[in-house]
Amino acid sequence: MKPGVEVETPVHRELGLTDSEFDLIVEKLGREPNHTELVMFAAMWSEHCSYKSSKVHLRTLPTRGPQVLVGPGQDAGVVDLGEGMACVFKIESHSHPSAIEPFQGAATGVGGIVRDVLSMGARPVALLDPLRFGPLDDARNRFLFSGVVAGIGQYGNSIGVPTVGGEVKFAPCHGPNPTVNVMCVGLVPAERLLGRRKGGAGSALLLIGAATGRDGIGGVSVLASRTLEDDAHESRPSVQIGDPFLEKLLIEACLDLAGRGLLDGLQDLGGAGLTCAVSETAARRGLGADLDLGQVTLREPGMGPHEILTSESQERMLAVIRPENVERAREVCARWGLSARRVGTLRPGGRLSVRAGDEIVAEVPAPALADEAPAYQRLARPPRLDAIRADDPAKVPLRVPLEDAFFAVLGSPNVAGKRWTYEQYDSLVQGGTVLGPGADAAVIRLEGSVRAVAVSTDGNGRYGHLDPYLGGAHAVAEAARNVAAVGARPLAITNCLNFGNPERPEVMWAFAQTVRGIGEACAALGTPVTGGNVSFYNESGDSSIYPTPVVGMVGLLEDYRLVTRPGFSSAGLSIYLLGSTRPELGGSEFAEVVLAKVSGVPPALDLAAEARLLAFLQECARQDLLASGHDLSDGGLAVALAESAMAGGVGFTVAAPADGLAPHLALFSESASRALVTARAGREGDVEEAAASHDVPITRIGLTGGSRLEFTGLFDVGLFDAVVVYEGAIPTLMSGARVAG
Amino acid sequence: MKPKVGVVTFPGSNDDRDALRAVALMGGEPIPVWHQDRDLGGADAMILPGGFSYGDYLRTGAIARFAPAMAAVREFADVGGPVLGICNGFQILCEAGLLPGAMIRNRGLSFICRWIHVRAEDLTGDVLEVPIKHGEGQFVASPDELARIEQQRLVAFRYCAPDGSLDESFNPNGSTHAIAGLRNDRGNVLGMMPHPEHAVDPDLGPTGGQSVFQWLLTAARDRVPA
Repeated sequence: MKPGVEVETPVHRELGLTDSEFDLIVEKLGREPNHTELVMFAAMWSEHCSYKSSKVHLRTLPTRGPQVLVGPGQDAGVVDLGEGMACVFKIESHSHPSAIEPFQGAATGVGGIVRDVLSMGARPVALLDPLRFGPLDDARNRFLFSGVVAGIGQYGNSIGVPTVGGEVKFAPCHGPNPTVNVMCVGLVPAERLLGRRKGGAGSALLLIGAATGRDGIGGVSVLASRTLEDDAHESRPSVQIGDPFLEKLLIEACLDLAGRGLLDGLQDLGGAGLTCAVSETAARRGLGADLDLGQVTLREPGMGPHEILTSESQERMLAVIRPENVERAREVCARWGLSARRVGTLRPGGRLSVRAGDEIVAEVPAPALADEAPAYQRLARPPRLDAIRADDPAKVPLRVPLEDAFFAVLGSPNVAGKRWTYEQYDSLVQGGTVLGPGADAAVIRLEGSVRAVAVSTDGNGRYGHLDPYLGGAHAVAEAARNVAAVGARPLAITNCLNFGNPERPEVMWAFAQTVRGIGEACAALGTPVTGGNVSFYNESGDSSIYPTPVVGMVGLLEDYRLVTRPGFSSAGLSIYLLGSTRPELGGSEFAEVVLAKVSGVPPALDLAAEARLLAFLQECARQDLLASGHDLSDGGLAVALAESAMAGGVGFTVAAPADGLAPHLALFSESASRALVTARAGREGDVEEAAASHDVPITRIGLTGGSRLEFTGLFDVGLFDAVVVYEGAIPTLMSGARVAG
Repeated sequence: MKPKVGVVTFPGSNDDRDALRAVALMGGEPIPVWHQDRDLGGADAMILPGGFSYGDYLRTGAIARFAPAMAAVREFADVGGPVLGICNGFQILCEAGLLPGAMIRNRGLSFICRWIHVRAEDLTGDVLEVPIKHGEGQFVASPDELARIEQQRLVAFRYCAPDGSLDESFNPNGSTHAIAGLRNDRGNVLGMMPHPEHAVDPDLGPTGGQSVFQWLLTAARDRVPA
């Protein structure tokens, strides 16, 4: 430590508050805050909790639509699935904790997002985990990757929520700063949705679940709202430790309480702990609260009020319960073996008054904590990308055999099979999984109905790097395409915006552009934003992550028995390419893997064309015209064809459409708004007609059959050889062996 | 009359609702049984479901065997009542001494969720496609126990290739003698690591689990007074 510096630094700066923020707190209180109050403000006004750098931009997003039951600002978004059912969903990042302690960091990320969904009264039914790491030839990256996957698996498997999808991608910029996002989907009868309006003055606040300890103190201000520097390992005590068994009991107990009509409200304790839960619970109802810290069950003696108030101990929920129901609620919790302590009471007026023993240790207006953090219009300036954007990979002649390029792309860890990851996740528990990991979108059926919810998470960091506007728009379009590829109607999104330090103008510019791209795509595709999460400060030293928006899209499949699967199901089926292929290799997998270039501009995106493709795919599913359907994305047509062949165990013979393109452009271009389908035997005419009526370009490119992947006139490879490369890539890298060539 | 099949919910059971749903789909009457109940609700057969009872923090199944419902299940088994233990339920049956052997961590040390094939070691030799999902499913037993298991033909299922042949590369967790499921010497208690309750609905995938439920329901019917 540096004692000289220590003495001179005011406490508020140590806590991450600026001088002007301190002055604003003094203004709101009409006096200087005491230490406890200052800690509460520092937590609630942290970037992580207050979105102070991002909210001016997030306000521009489209959030309304007839399908939206609950939009942004709640614990999770909610859409209407019909038949009286609602889908609750939210995505969040846990990147900073995972960089420091991958297993617990990722595990507690799962726990937190599950409680967000639970707090709306919904049963969590699916998890998806979009992950990004540095290249696997580095031992530390392998350590982080395996730790994160094991942590997600251990937590999700133990609580009985299936992990059904996500992404795993790799880029050098994610070495120092891995990106760990987790999305949870829940289902609830719409009439039983828990809002934030019920529960008036006099209602009891019950703290349910784990005892409160010193773990995670300062998580939001220390970890999530600063960059990771060399001494990051000293932050390890700020990482929480998960107890999935307790979480499982918490899920069942809260659903039991909700089912008995005992809950007027429920909020999870996540970032900023009790301070956040109580101040938001009170502020959203236009009320205040009395909070008695003496009633909080502590894990260890001697904890100060500020520690109890900001502890991020996991597996805790705060319930709003009418006084006459408190005893029954405690009995329900006891049946599940859970402690439930009455720690406070909602009061009229807006004051949050905190008692410890005989002393009032804090008294602050609840809205000041929850809603009145400053919003910053931070300086934004485009970075210098002209040279790199001008370097178009499509103009580089191919100097390696096409077949070698094919295997290089197929075996690239970004494209290659992710079985190593998803086999560590229970994707079947709860018995609703119609389509699990490895499909375009996961599909979970509703209990007692033929309806199902389809979910996909997508984002492309290279696109975000080269053009953040297009990065945001493509993330929405691809997620929608994946949901439509299984036959579902895209309904709405949640987003996780992973960026560097927002105090740098280049990062802020990229953020603003990304949000604009997401907003325009969501408006065009009719999929409003229901909420999400912003993760800033994903940088350390001079390394920042790509601007990485990850979009989680949910959709409705009216009859899961009509689901479209990606695999070629039999021989002799006509293969169709939907959409137009242009010479677009900017930011592509091919350019990075074969040409060693992350350059050019991402593919153009015509949102009207995208919408037409989505409508076509849904209509085909409704009429049951397709034997398979798969979207085109990383690696273009070649990869989509190979994946469909491998998934079904059936080869193909295809003539790549000429369109005047060089073969490598036809095969590896990542032009947007395209899909690969096979028609059911005898329905070819109907498929072609549907494409024409939706004004979607359609080309019959070949036939399924055999055990080879045959690109007529170019090259052909064995299906088995493709499987070896595709499935073997990640296990081989994880075994630590270097891949030859 | 439909046979009643009880499914015990322990704290941390995850596949209890799935087992109840499978019982109904296969023509039984599902009866939820709470771990603190000594009364099995008049069940004609019992299922101990999958999950992580008590978090499995000590040793899989080690605490669940002390639950009041387990005393009732033991009495039920002692008089010949059919009992099926799935995954964590199998581990609990081993801990309770109702089946021999024990499960340790998978050979590869990772949790595995995968569709696999098992061969029924009865006269049929049927090959069933069913999923596994466990971190601690490697069956082990002392040499004496193992000899007795084989001698008395207690092995119910072995991991196998899709064609039914035994091949160590199709043994996902390193189980001794590729053992995936066991029965007791009386034949009324069956434990298995694969999840038959996730393989009964043709709308969702393969239906290799149906024959396991058929066995359970047939045994239950035999107990229902005509």
